[in-house]
Amino acid sequence: MNNKVPNNRAWLLVLPMLVLVAFSAIIPLMTVVNYSVQDVLGPNARFFTGTEWFQSMLNDDALQAAFLRQISFSLIILAIQIPLGIGIALIMPKRGWQASAVLILITLPLLIPWNVVGSIWQIFTRGDIGLMGWGLRELGINYNITRNAGDAWATIILMDVWHWTPLVAMLCYSGLRSIPEAYYQAARIDRASKWAIFRYIQLPKLTNVLVIAVLLRFMHSFMIYAEPFVLTGGGPGSATTFLSQSLTTMAVGQQDLGPSAAFSLIYFLVILLVSWVFYTTIMNMQKDKPPHGGA
Amino acid sequence: MSWMVWTVPTAIFFSSIAAMLAGMTVWEILSPTIERKGFLPIATTRGDRLFISLLSAAFIHLGVIGFTSLSIWIALAVSAVWLLVLMRWG
Repeated sequence: MNNKVPNNRAWLLVLPMLVLVAFSAIIPLMTVVNYSVQDVLGPNARFFTGTEWFQSMLNDDALQAAFLRQISFSLIILAIQIPLGIGIALIMPKRGWQASAVLILITLPLLIPWNVVGSIWQIFTRGDIGLMGWGLRELGINYNITRNAGDAWATIILMDVWHWTPLVAMLCYSGLRSIPEAYYQAARIDRASKWAIFRYIQLPKLTNVLVIAVLLRFMHSFMIYAEPFVLTGGGPGSATTFLSQSLTTMAVGQQDLGPSAAFSLIYFLVILLVSWVFYTTIMNMQKDKPPHGGA
Repeated sequence: MSWMVWTVPTAIFFSSIAAMLAGMTVWEILSPTIERKGFLPIATTRGDRLFISLLSAAFIHLGVIGFTSLSIWIALAVSAVWLLVLMRWG
């Protein structure tokens, strides 16, 4: 048994970060909790409402619909971006000037600010001047993101895939580069097929970066705001209104601070739960593996 | 502090969380936790079990508030029992 007392001095070095997080996250979060149980009208006019806001938020039809849309959106983009990112990383050149050139080309979408991405795609998909909108229309497809909910969804998913698959690809690429050459040599000696190399060497070694990729992409897509807001404004109707946009409309547009505080807490708890489940599952998958199984 | 619009219930809530964290720290110093496997599908430390029970307590409360007409005190009682069960056998 390990009876050594762990050296806890490292915690002192974490203290500055803790202070920073306290001011940037913990204290604001406490304030949100305080707001969620009150109706705050002004500095001296506030009324305790108890659980009323939570009750009305949980039973709000529009929010429930936005929640379902949000979940579907996150699952769809994860299902596309993770395999696609792995695939791109596998075919990226490994060395030489081509490697640098491809890396730069692939990173470009990541450098563009989110609302600019929205504008680019907004123009790109316009029927009169946009290349994609005009092209599709010339081909006889009745494509219109302001009228047709299906078109709006497809465009937002395409936009997110274009914008964020590079991140997954870069993470996987760095994971692949860190696999020692000896593994591949051993595989060659065994005459392992490409699929076997992928399944038993590359994929297990990618687990760590994939955890990060899935977590980042999930949290990020679950909070997506600027891109669909600029591209479709949540429309047509409310077909692409996601959670954060509903929240912004409520908190900033209508100044309903109490309900939106309750709503953001529910939102926060869902993100916390999903992230924790992802993290724990993947970390435990690794722990259960026998030590010679890679990773 | 007035901008944080404190109320008595939320102050009690955060004080209990802070007290739990402080208590867990003292407990950890007196007798360090050993990771073990209980009825949960994963091996957990004491802190993991506290986190799991607090997170599930939040969802128990949300469920009771949103979708039943039961009193919130029932949710609190269920969560407290769940916390004890999880800490002991989880």
